[in-house]
Amino acid sequence: MKVGILVFPGTWSHQDFAHVFQDVLGLSWGYVWHKGTSLAGYDALILPGGFAHGDYLRVGAIARFSPIMEAVVRFARDGGPVLGSCNGFQILCEAGLLPGALLRNRSLQYRCQWVHVRTEHCDTPFTRTARPGQVLKIPISHGDGRYYAPPEILARLRSNGQVVFRYCTPAGAAADEANPNGSLEHIAGVCSEGRNVVGLMPHPERASEPLLGSEDGRVLLEAIRGGALQPR
Amino acid sequence: MREPGRITPELVAEHGITPEEYARIRAILGREPNFTELGIFSVMWSEHCSYKSSRVHLKTLPTQGPCILQGPGENAGVVDIGDGLAIVFKMESHNHPSFIEPYQGAATGVGGIIRDIFTMGARPIALLDPLRFGPLTEARSRFIAGGVVAGISGYGNAVGVPTVGGELCVSETYAGNPLVNVMCLGIAPRERIFLARAEGVGNPVIYVGAKTGRDGIHGATMASETFDEGSEERRPTVQVGDPFREKLLIEACLELMAGSDVVGIQDMGAAGLTCSSCEMASRGGVGVEIDLAKVPRRETGMIPYEIMLSESQERMLLVVRRGSERAVMDIFHKWDLDAVVIGAVTEGGLLRVRDGDRLVAEIPAHALAEEGPVYHRPMQRPAYLDETERADLARLPVPDRPDEVLLGLLGSANIACKRPVWRQYDHMLFCNTAVEPGSDAAVLRVQGTRKGLALAADGNGRFTYLDPYEGGKLAVAEAARNVVCGGARPLAITNCLNFGSPERPEIMWQFAEAVRGMADACRAFGTPVTGGNVSFYNETLGQAIFPTPIIGMVGLLEDIGHATTQWFKRAGDVILLLGETREELGGSEYLKVFHALETGRPPRLDLAREQAVQGACLEAIRAGLVSSAHDCAEGGLAVALAESCATGPEGRLGATVELDGAMRPDALLFGESASRIVLSVRPGAVEAVRAIAHRHGAPCAVLGAVGGPDLVMRGQGVAVRVAVAALRERWWTGLERLLQSS
Repeated sequence: MKVGILVFPGTWSHQDFAHVFQDVLGLSWGYVWHKGTSLAGYDALILPGGFAHGDYLRVGAIARFSPIMEAVVRFARDGGPVLGSCNGFQILCEAGLLPGALLRNRSLQYRCQWVHVRTEHCDTPFTRTARPGQVLKIPISHGDGRYYAPPEILARLRSNGQVVFRYCTPAGAAADEANPNGSLEHIAGVCSEGRNVVGLMPHPERASEPLLGSEDGRVLLEAIRGGALQPR
Repeated sequence: MREPGRITPELVAEHGITPEEYARIRAILGREPNFTELGIFSVMWSEHCSYKSSRVHLKTLPTQGPCILQGPGENAGVVDIGDGLAIVFKMESHNHPSFIEPYQGAATGVGGIIRDIFTMGARPIALLDPLRFGPLTEARSRFIAGGVVAGISGYGNAVGVPTVGGELCVSETYAGNPLVNVMCLGIAPRERIFLARAEGVGNPVIYVGAKTGRDGIHGATMASETFDEGSEERRPTVQVGDPFREKLLIEACLELMAGSDVVGIQDMGAAGLTCSSCEMASRGGVGVEIDLAKVPRRETGMIPYEIMLSESQERMLLVVRRGSERAVMDIFHKWDLDAVVIGAVTEGGLLRVRDGDRLVAEIPAHALAEEGPVYHRPMQRPAYLDETERADLARLPVPDRPDEVLLGLLGSANIACKRPVWRQYDHMLFCNTAVEPGSDAAVLRVQGTRKGLALAADGNGRFTYLDPYEGGKLAVAEAARNVVCGGARPLAITNCLNFGSPERPEIMWQFAEAVRGMADACRAFGTPVTGGNVSFYNETLGQAIFPTPIIGMVGLLEDIGHATTQWFKRAGDVILLLGETREELGGSEYLKVFHALETGRPPRLDLAREQAVQGACLEAIRAGLVSSAHDCAEGGLAVALAESCATGPEGRLGATVELDGAMRPDALLFGESASRIVLSVRPGAVEAVRAIAHRHGAPCAVLGAVGGPDLVMRGQGVAVRVAVAALRERWWTGLERLLQSS
């Protein structure tokens, strides 16, 4: 089991994922440079946070054209587990691997703070060890995290069970006061129809050690050990 | 721009060069300078680059210590923290650009200080921003504050360096001249520190990063002048930042510096290509020859003068080993950065600038970098001190509703929760942040070790205005106390000294006195100065700011487990006060907020007492006896206790205390006597903590206990009861309300 951590120019959370895999979880990992074209040898992928290519145009809009993205699309279509956090989630939406889009926060300001998210579905490679409804305390750090999708797509996400995380109160109630960015239906994370691609705005790697205030992010990252949902 | 035909006295004066300085320039060259050379001298000998007014005073600061690897004189200071690691840190000001264009002024301040850190081979891991604005009840100050915070957020978040701390203070004195100071800290292997010096004749000089434009020309000169009504027209001299390119530079340079090809490296900050080339040559005792025709440009028709003086952001200058050019270029090209060989290291110590075949400047590098004018400017004690020192505070009315005063103070700009600001900054990147913004000091874990770092920035302009010597001392003491409250031993400081025009004897006296106070305090605490920045000319329309020295203190936790926060942890804990309250209302926040007075003498600081209090606090924390530790600062003991109740993640623990002291009740509650720390400890730890305090010679009194829904304070003439929920509400929403007012 080896995790590939994608690095675009302007990515900055890759080191934090590497730290958690290396020092906390003891998982094998490697960086994948965006100019590469092969993902041979990797069993799961992480698209970390940052400002890929500066995000000057629209978040994630340029990164989807990086050479490695063709291989990422193939990897995902083949059922490989792919997790996008923060900027990684934005890139996966731009690349069409996840539905919807991430717009400017409702406050029009960047937000770095702790939030709580409720685990809505446990049948993804990254939530399979979570309890249904489990509330996770994980920080966010973004300026563009307001999840949006047109009504018909939202309806499909609901009926397919593709909303994986919702912002919630510590007690687990999805509510306006717990929604840090104005996301529709308090959506914090979604998965693909095939369920193997998951994107979320919070940073699980920042919540993997007691020293940092929470270990809840480990639920997602430890689940990677299980590999793909079905043998590929 | 077109080159003027000849150098006239008017042209010399326009460059801020005095007739005496011009005579020295002619003596150094043995001839008249040409226009390009005049420009080069004007920026290198500006106050901003040459420290010509401050140098004689800065020399009195202590800069040596057992853990100091690099003191002032390089891009940043370097301190050994053991385990084969060193920390690299520095603070700088970007006051003038931020007044003219708040967003970009602040953003490029962040970019500049980050470059100073990775230039030394260190990965930048933390930023702190001490900020000063005019009252937020004024629209213009809100505009500046909003722009500055957005600029720090926009640049710092995108470039990927977390902002873990800082300060925000408001006062009328900063309305026409905000202060934007930025501190950055990086970490590097101890043996892999890089210096900004050119060495090895024949080694190539490489330019890397953004293309050069006309932006920022005369930026260093602008920072060396006061503002008048036309200042807004200077907007074009403020540069525009590109955090993405800076991120590429960080990664590319650190990747390059992991190898053995880099000989010397410096960023192009103030005075751009001029400063980086002549300083590197001067430090290495060599010459440098560069060809401007090879410099990447983004505008056409730029003359040599403009290229040499441009302050376009995100550019670096490197000297690399001859023969390694190809390998070096490969790394820069991997990161899609423009990099060009523009010259070489030469013998003879000359900065020689060509434009193709044409020689456009030839100046001894050492003369530019080290032989700038040094002034012993006249000094005079300001007359206002006669009035403020004699102020009779004993006749002020004592408020009959101290509970209302306490609530008002908690909601005031300087005390209210700064979360509306710091939640706009990524403060968690790199998974090091053990104590987030909102406590006395930010605490970061040092990965790969058991250690931690505590960081704090402090400076009280009002204290320094009322007594510059005590103000300098108090700034260092408070910064050290904050770091100690975080569980760390203070190691060293950087600083930013923000003052008015040094050409006025009263300002120069304030400066000299503040530096003297800082020097005494730094010697007493064993915290040398590793570098910093002087920002003079903080004046608008002849009105100088309060003299504002800001201290950036770094402390070391031998064990990250000692990290301590300021808020109470559990009901039943006993509350102790280290130190003593005296009747000292002068210069206090209470006096300002409730009596609209900024007068009196600031609290006296006894350095021995301060050391005793800090020593006792640190030993008690390290012995595992302390639940919370909080410095008593703005708002005095009452505010410190209220903050200990209300500022934690929950913020719901009350307390009942007896305050001891025969004095005015408002002085007992809100006076700002120095050298005081509020501790909470488990009941079983009280005697052990008192024994430690006794051994250090620090007064230690039991004030009361944590618990209940209210903060209850009793004492001679004092009977206050306020619900913690009300305290928290005021503190939590105070700043937000001010920022949104209109």
